[in-house]
Amino acid sequence: MDKKWYEKNGRDGNVVISTRVRLARNLEEYPFPCRCGSDLRAQIENKVTDAVVNSNSVISSRFSRVDVDNISTEEKVSLVERHLVSPEFISDKREKTLLLLDDESVSIMVNEEDHVRLQVMCEGFDLDRAYELASRIDSLLDEHLKFAFSDTLGYLTQCPTNLGTGMRASVMLHLPALHAAKAMKKMAENLSKLGLTIRGAYGEGSEPSADLYQLSNQITLGISEKTAIENLRNITKQIIAQEMKSREAMIKNIAVQDKIYRSEGILRSARQIDGSEALQLLSNVRFGVTEGLIDSIPLDTINSLIVEIQPATLMRKTGQKLTPAERDKVRAELIRSTINR
Amino acid sequence: MLCQKCKQKQANTHIKQVINGDLTEMDLCSECAAKLGFESSFSDFLDIGSMMSSFLGAPMSTALAREDACPRCGATFSQISKSGKVGCSACYDTFFDRLLPTIKRIHGNTVHTGKRLRTARLESGDASEQVLERSDENKIEELSKQLTNAIKTQEFELAAQLRDKINELKAQKGEDNNG
Repeated sequence: MDKKWYEKNGRDGNVVISTRVRLARNLEEYPFPCRCGSDLRAQIENKVTDAVVNSNSVISSRFSRVDVDNISTEEKVSLVERHLVSPEFISDKREKTLLLLDDESVSIMVNEEDHVRLQVMCEGFDLDRAYELASRIDSLLDEHLKFAFSDTLGYLTQCPTNLGTGMRASVMLHLPALHAAKAMKKMAENLSKLGLTIRGAYGEGSEPSADLYQLSNQITLGISEKTAIENLRNITKQIIAQEMKSREAMIKNIAVQDKIYRSEGILRSARQIDGSEALQLLSNVRFGVTEGLIDSIPLDTINSLIVEIQPATLMRKTGQKLTPAERDKVRAELIRSTINR
Repeated sequence: MLCQKCKQKQANTHIKQVINGDLTEMDLCSECAAKLGFESSFSDFLDIGSMMSSFLGAPMSTALAREDACPRCGATFSQISKSGKVGCSACYDTFFDRLLPTIKRIHGNTVHTGKRLRTARLESGDASEQVLERSDENKIEELSKQLTNAIKTQEFELAAQLRDKINELKAQKGEDNNG
């Protein structure tokens, strides 16, 4: 089977792990999700599903409907860990549907904060590719669904923060050197002045872990998709340059080298390891790989481990419920067998 | 007029506030207005999740006493400002004047410039130029409405921006007709 986007290393992969573009859309004839009861929500699910399936495009046959309300908790949480849905989406008890492309690069959440949340993910730094695909699928849906749109305010959304383009573009960044230099707080302040926001890897409200950050545009009204993407691209390029410069300086330090090699040693031999330790060690090793200290572990292996070692995804893979202690053991085994190959 | 608070500087900010149904009005200088929390600072809107409800219900609201509901979905403005969630697409028409300052605060802009709905153009026939021209006409009308409101609510900075935008669109239209 082909590798998924989160199992690959892409353009500017030293720093940018993945790119995401999300579009928020609503159906004109229905109230926004906060004012929809069960029957309306079910109608919306069917309408959007039909529109995707009947979109008369080669891509439509590659979507499948995931009945999110009737899958196991592990399956649900794993969708979040793989960045296919938002945490809010699976915690909402009301009717909802997920339409997922076979390679997991496109997901359409129905009845999240808006009726339709279309998101495209790809490996590495590739905003144009992600936006073009998102826009193409949006246009296909547009032929079958009547989206709420106003000439002045653009696409109408439940929360005014998404008005206009309804687009949130983001890049997932691995910033071990800038994080170690304690540059992130200052950077976040500067970015906010430029209409961008940086936060933890799992979006709004999440704590940054393992030096992973998500950078995205904040403003959606009065700025075209193209300009917003261009801004994000330029700032990302600057951050990449700063991060690489800091890495180059840091890597000369023997203490840093020692930390990287020790991290590799633990990952190669540990018999039990918890999720957050594993994530931090993978981050250290990733840093070492990009600076040429370690050459036996490819970046796509590390990227895929970052997702696979998450608790629910780990249990999904083994097909059984595990206690935290059992998980730590299985996790260590998975890491060893993957990187000692 | 001098600022009612410091009584030294020229007042340039007119504040209308409804608290428990009582309307109070003040004329303040910008410093005093800022001290009392009437300034729309640009940096605080970035933490949007937690800010939404607070700025929809910001003290600048002038018409909270009358509680009308959206004719389509039944949402009232106080429900929207409390939850930070708009009820339906028609709410944006119903509560346009009251939502606009919030929208302006979030985005710094009030006019969409990105991708447009394709079905709207397809439905109106294939003469795409004609459709575009008509939508420009709608836009000017819409902007004029916003301009009147902005003047009414004394948002002069916004009013100036809207005026420039209208002139720009009118000039474009003129050029198209001549050319």
